[in-house]
Amino acid sequence: MMASSYNAKEEDRHQPGATGHVGSGTMTNKMPDNTAFKQQRLPAWQPILTAGTVLPAFFVIGLLFIPIGVGLFVTSNNIKEFEIDYTGVDMSSPCYSCSQSYSWNNTKSCTCSVPFSLDQPFESNVFMYYGLSNFYQNHRRYVKSRDDSQLNGDKTSLQSPSKECEPYRSSDKPIAPCGAIANSLFNDTLELYYIDPNGSRTAIPLVKKGIAWWTDKHVKFRNPSGNNNLTVVFQGTSKPVNWRKPVFELDPSDSDNNGFINEDFIVWMRTAALPTFRKLYRIIQKKPNNMTPTLPRGEYILEVTYNYPVRSFDGRKRMILSAISWMGGKNPFLGIAYITVGSVCFCLGLVLLSIHYRYGKRNSADISS
Amino acid sequence: MYIFTQRPGPSLIATVTTDVSCSNIHTHTPRPHCDWCAGEEYWVDSRTVYIGHKEPPPAAEAYIPQRYPDNRIVSSKYTLWNFIPKNLFEQFRRIANFYFLLIFLVQLIIDTPTSPVTSGLPLFFVITVTAIKQGYEDWLRHKADCSINECPVDMVQQGTVVRTQSSKLRVGDVVMVREDETFPCDLILLSSSRGDGTCYVTTTSLDGESSHKTYYAVPDTMAFKTEQEVDSLHATIECEQPQPDLYKFVGRINIYKEREDPIARPLGAENLLLRGATLKNTGHIYAVAIYTGMDTKMALNYQSKSQKRSAVEKSMNAFLIVYLCILISKAVINTVLKYAWQWSADRDEPWYNHRTEIDRERHVVIRAFTDFLAFMVLFNYIIPVSMYVTVEMQKFLGSYFIAWDKDMYDEELGVGAQVNTSDLNEELGQVEYVFTDKTGTLTENNMEFIECCVDGHVYIPHAICNGQILSAASSIDMIDSSPGGYRRHEDLFFRALCLCHTVQAKEEETVDSIKRGIHLGKPTSFYISSSPDEVALVEGMKRLGYTYLRLKDSHMEILNKDDEIERFELLHVLNFDSVRRRMSVIVKSSSGNTHSYKQHLIHIIMDRNSEIQMYTIKPRADTSIFPRVVSGKVEQVRARVEQNAVEGLRTLCVAYRSLSPAEYEEACHQLSDAKLALKDREQRLAQAYDLIERDFTLLGATAVEDRLQEKAADTIESLQKAGMKVWVLTGDKMETAAATCYASKLFRRSTQILELTKKRTEEQSLHDVLFDLSRTVLRQRSLSGLSVECQDYGLIIDGATLSAVLKPSPESSGSGNYREIFLEICRNCSAVLCCRMAPLQKAQIVKLIKASKEHPITLAIGDGANDVSMILEAHVGIGIMGKEGRQAARNSDYAIPKFKHLKKMLLVHGHFYYIRIAELVQYFFYKNVCFIFPQFLYQFFCGFSQQPLYDTAYLTLYNISFTSLPILLYSLIEKHISIEMLKRDPTLFEPIILFLDVAKNALLRWPVFLYWTCLGLFNACIFFFGAYFLFDNTTFTSNGQMFGNWTFGTLVFTVLVFTVTLKLALDTHHWTWINHFVIWGSLLFYVIFSLLWGGIIWPFLNYQRMYYVFMQMLSSGPAWLGIILLIAISLLPDVVKKVLCRTLWPTATERAQVGRTELCTDPYDMGLCIIMLKHEVMAADECHNNGPQDLVTVSLCIQIAIDKMQLCSLSVAYACLYHSPTATIGHSVYNVDIRKSLTHMTPYLGLISEDFSSMPVAIEVEHLPTEVG
Repeated sequence: MMASSYNAKEEDRHQPGATGHVGSGTMTNKMPDNTAFKQQRLPAWQPILTAGTVLPAFFVIGLLFIPIGVGLFVTSNNIKEFEIDYTGVDMSSPCYSCSQSYSWNNTKSCTCSVPFSLDQPFESNVFMYYGLSNFYQNHRRYVKSRDDSQLNGDKTSLQSPSKECEPYRSSDKPIAPCGAIANSLFNDTLELYYIDPNGSRTAIPLVKKGIAWWTDKHVKFRNPSGNNNLTVVFQGTSKPVNWRKPVFELDPSDSDNNGFINEDFIVWMRTAALPTFRKLYRIIQKKPNNMTPTLPRGEYILEVTYNYPVRSFDGRKRMILSAISWMGGKNPFLGIAYITVGSVCFCLGLVLLSIHYRYGKRNSADISS
Repeated sequence: MYIFTQRPGPSLIATVTTDVSCSNIHTHTPRPHCDWCAGEEYWVDSRTVYIGHKEPPPAAEAYIPQRYPDNRIVSSKYTLWNFIPKNLFEQFRRIANFYFLLIFLVQLIIDTPTSPVTSGLPLFFVITVTAIKQGYEDWLRHKADCSINECPVDMVQQGTVVRTQSSKLRVGDVVMVREDETFPCDLILLSSSRGDGTCYVTTTSLDGESSHKTYYAVPDTMAFKTEQEVDSLHATIECEQPQPDLYKFVGRINIYKEREDPIARPLGAENLLLRGATLKNTGHIYAVAIYTGMDTKMALNYQSKSQKRSAVEKSMNAFLIVYLCILISKAVINTVLKYAWQWSADRDEPWYNHRTEIDRERHVVIRAFTDFLAFMVLFNYIIPVSMYVTVEMQKFLGSYFIAWDKDMYDEELGVGAQVNTSDLNEELGQVEYVFTDKTGTLTENNMEFIECCVDGHVYIPHAICNGQILSAASSIDMIDSSPGGYRRHEDLFFRALCLCHTVQAKEEETVDSIKRGIHLGKPTSFYISSSPDEVALVEGMKRLGYTYLRLKDSHMEILNKDDEIERFELLHVLNFDSVRRRMSVIVKSSSGNTHSYKQHLIHIIMDRNSEIQMYTIKPRADTSIFPRVVSGKVEQVRARVEQNAVEGLRTLCVAYRSLSPAEYEEACHQLSDAKLALKDREQRLAQAYDLIERDFTLLGATAVEDRLQEKAADTIESLQKAGMKVWVLTGDKMETAAATCYASKLFRRSTQILELTKKRTEEQSLHDVLFDLSRTVLRQRSLSGLSVECQDYGLIIDGATLSAVLKPSPESSGSGNYREIFLEICRNCSAVLCCRMAPLQKAQIVKLIKASKEHPITLAIGDGANDVSMILEAHVGIGIMGKEGRQAARNSDYAIPKFKHLKKMLLVHGHFYYIRIAELVQYFFYKNVCFIFPQFLYQFFCGFSQQPLYDTAYLTLYNISFTSLPILLYSLIEKHISIEMLKRDPTLFEPIILFLDVAKNALLRWPVFLYWTCLGLFNACIFFFGAYFLFDNTTFTSNGQMFGNWTFGTLVFTVLVFTVTLKLALDTHHWTWINHFVIWGSLLFYVIFSLLWGGIIWPFLNYQRMYYVFMQMLSSGPAWLGIILLIAISLLPDVVKKVLCRTLWPTATERAQVGRTELCTDPYDMGLCIIMLKHEVMAADECHNNGPQDLVTVSLCIQIAIDKMQLCSLSVAYACLYHSPTATIGHSVYNVDIRKSLTHMTPYLGLISEDFSSMPVAIEVEHLPTEVG
């Protein structure tokens, strides 16, 4: 009795006394249970990685990966992609003057036209991206500088945005949408014209719906409720510093695409993973008659309303036209990687086979001699 | 004698007392007075107790009331109000906890990339769980304390018995204790209800000895029978301050009587009743409290043991330091790069990403420091809290498997293995040196009287059959035919054995102990003793006709051969001690016998008017008796003793001496003087004993057999085969010990014995002997490079030589010189026997080996109190729950019922736990490198802005839930190889190679660690750059929409979780349904969690960055393809490495694994060896299912296997059988030395000897490969 009370004291810091209970438990217990678990005799599958067992796996992987890789590679190669840099770094570039004369205070927007030609037609839907380089959308200070509850239509957050938005939280009035991300919304306007062989320009219809994630547009981003008139809703807030127009005028033509649920805005708000990134800008839909390609071969003009300064941080702006397959855009990496891994596995399989053969034989040779 | 001056004032003492009562036992020192008495050395040693708080008469010393702690036991650590601060303090004293707290605080204070929740939550969890556990345990202690402190006690006050609470007891109180009550504090016995002033006590709860011990009252007080009488006692007790030694006590009682000088009587351990012991067979006693509360010997003895740490823990700490360095360097590199990178303002603050004003105003140094801290926080997950938790859980839960093991359960004792410390589970698999006690550990300590030899005539009381004694005709003849002169000796001899012991006779029905009685046809009484030898002797005497009846009123009664009762007055007992190694009694024979022969004998003694003194050397007789003998047939007896010792029997010599009244008076005087002494009592007693114990007449010797424990030899052989060195450390004499060693196969017939004993060093100087031996051993080693068979050496060393070796040598050669040579010799010996060891020397040996330059892991196993020091000293201490009490078991880290269980403990459990925890530790570091290194790489792509790659939830839950359970489970139930393989009979296979695979912490050495870390780094690069190239400037989805940084992180994280889990799956060799459940379950959990986490707008979060990220990712085909690809690439190198290593340079473990599963499936292709292997494995399995796995069954199965192989040569089968682990992989059969293998087959020869002997040697050779080499 006394002794047991002292047993508890023989604990140590790591394993206080509790193991003592193990002991005292068995002391009073009869025979330990003869269960498979307690006796560590649970039936088990005991796989062992030997050359023999791994061989088939290697061949299977090799034989699976190489076709997949070839498929991916071919698909990727068939995807047409066109990219044009319109930053205007060169003197010769049509946007050079715009990029030089840029200042935030300009009220008049600068426009420039960049001509380009497509050697091959784009057959199906064409996705139009803008791309930025050297733009650190993944900088920590930048990434967290947003208020998700404000963007979700929360009224209190609208009036007092989260502290994370500093220093883009309020000017004299609270800013909506607050934060560095919203403040730096990409505001170039890109328009595409097809130059007919006869010299006339045809504007290519750009669809601006469906560029943001459905869930973002319908759930995550919401205008503050209560009034259909966004002007009223956003009363008492001010526009982000760098914006030319308030949030409720982002797309006055379409009330479903205005305010926080403007798709361009939503796309921008999804911060990119790497400093060189592209974002979906517009979709050029396939012609319904299906006879002519979406973008036929020929001359085009990209009309840029040049608002977005990137020269200060050595950035680049690009416009990308890309077709999309089932596996996304043009990306030879995946295909090449699959082919490589597949072949490596296959070769390893062969090596292992020879090893297995040699060492397996040696054993019986020893005995038979 | 002692000057008591300058005693502390009561007020000062009072403060000390309160301090004592609230401090915990660990810090309490029993010397509260030292501060005031630096110059008063005497005073520290003793205390004066006033019995009944009565002042001594004025003539004596001045009465100064003293204050001592009250009798409250405080074992709890916390009180209600100090629990939280104290517990938190205790917990944060651990480096790891403190580190995490620091990280957490940093996260709270500065703006860090991850929310404080990510590290705060796990830390809070760990701290809370630990606190609750400790709190609960403390509550239990409080409850136990309370029940003890409130236990009622009868106290004598003013002549009446008052019932009070135990905690109210004070020093000096007179207490009445009734039968079967436990003593409430340390008491001095005053009187007992038994007339002779004795009482019986069991100390089972203190030292585990279940025998009844007798305690004595001082003759002057033993007459008190009533409370009034006791109350009239006027006395003080002077005694030493409390010491933890249970068996030592020095004190003096001064009894004051009216108009008389005070009488002083000595008090010894035989007067002191210890708290915790129980009164037995005695109606009631009166006693006075001298040590109370935390001063009691029991309280002083239960101080916590020092913490043992396993080698794994040490390497874990080393790895942690490496990781801490990596962490810091990562943070520094990133900070430096950050400032280099953002040197230009456009990078630092581009127009789209301005700092806040406050931030901008900060000094750049502060900013840099904050950045450094932020990086630290970002990367801190590389040292996970969860590793500590998992390791502790693994150890804690893992130890249950040891306790649950039915193979380590002993039917007879009804106990299984017991785990006292779970911290050392893995250390069991690392043991290199096993130090074992002999008696009770290797042997059963179940003594049987074999023979006795009186003046060279041998008596053998024959075995008891069916409860009847069958006396051997021969011995009876010898007695009858012997001449009268020696008959006298014979009688003396038998009487001596009947008298010289401390055995108690017990009536059958009153016995409640586990000691077995002698089951004669008419069970009348039972013998109980703390020494099994004594019981064996007394029982042996009973069989020879002399029955010891009882000790009554200081008279020992013996029933002699003629059924007459002889009475001897017991005058003195010179107790056995380990220095003298003997015990004596002084008895006076009394008249009253009528038988002429007896009269004659007694007459002789009476003529001389003497006391007969019997003298035995106990329990082990050796040459030290002979110098003390003056007459008797020394030579014959010595020869017999030596012969018996060689046979492994425990021998004892008996001698006697008659004392004249004058001699007796002198002896008495010396004894009482020595007993009275307060100082140096031990020494003076020893001197007195020495004076009395001389000039003996040798009567004869006895031999008692201590049988080897079941399967002791098999166990030792297995341990040796597993590469452990087994040392036997015993107090026994050389011949007996060596015989046991041969019996237990520690030494074989082929072993060359090197002796390093006193006998040898007397002839030659120690120096020469040592050099001789080391030359022999080293020569062998230089030769062994060539020959396959190397000579084993066995070393025998005795205690005296050992101390000479260890003593720093005075010569110029340097103090450590002999020690080094000695260690060198030991290293080359397969077995070492150390005999004549004192308990402390056992510990010394262990310490010596521990400190030798390889720092081997040591294990000590023993069953008795004399092994405790060794058990505490060794890395792993194992106690046998044996007959010598539970003291060893209590002080050990693990306790097992029998020595044979050591085999499973070490070879199976230890091996498993080592493999498991090694994988656990390495895997934990690996998975966190995989986890954190991508974050590090990401910094290069996000402007060193500390942007985390993963979402907070992932950061928090990665180690807690996504990847924790599989590894925990792995570390609990992984079996890389079957139990049978590990335990299999060592003569069949050489498990040594299996154990060499893990010896010396092999799985946690730096190369292995480096491999894992590199694998982690490689995987991390694959995850990150794979995702990078997938994301690089392209679209991922078939609807053209783009993914952001969180998808990037989620992709990396998904690949990470799957890879890391599958890596573990690849390492798992033992897939039970639990493994399947946990591994696939945790992957499923990850997916479900991610779906949920991204599936809802969580109202309590202020960000919704993960909303639908996971689902969007899964909706994209390339993401799936990418994930599969990256997982495949990450796992590929490890698989290839495994396969190549296994095929080209297989370890023994891997060979065994293959043998178990693969090659057996196709035996004919692989040859004979595999057939044998298969059958052996089948045999092992079958034996397991059929019950105990013994040699016979296994070999029978093999016999069947051999019969089936009609075409094969037996000898080749044998060769392969022995060597099959090698042969299966086909390294060669060339190495097989057929002669060697046959010697290893010896256990089977008995069964198949016919076939074997009929097999001509020529056939053996014929079937060997012809071109050898």
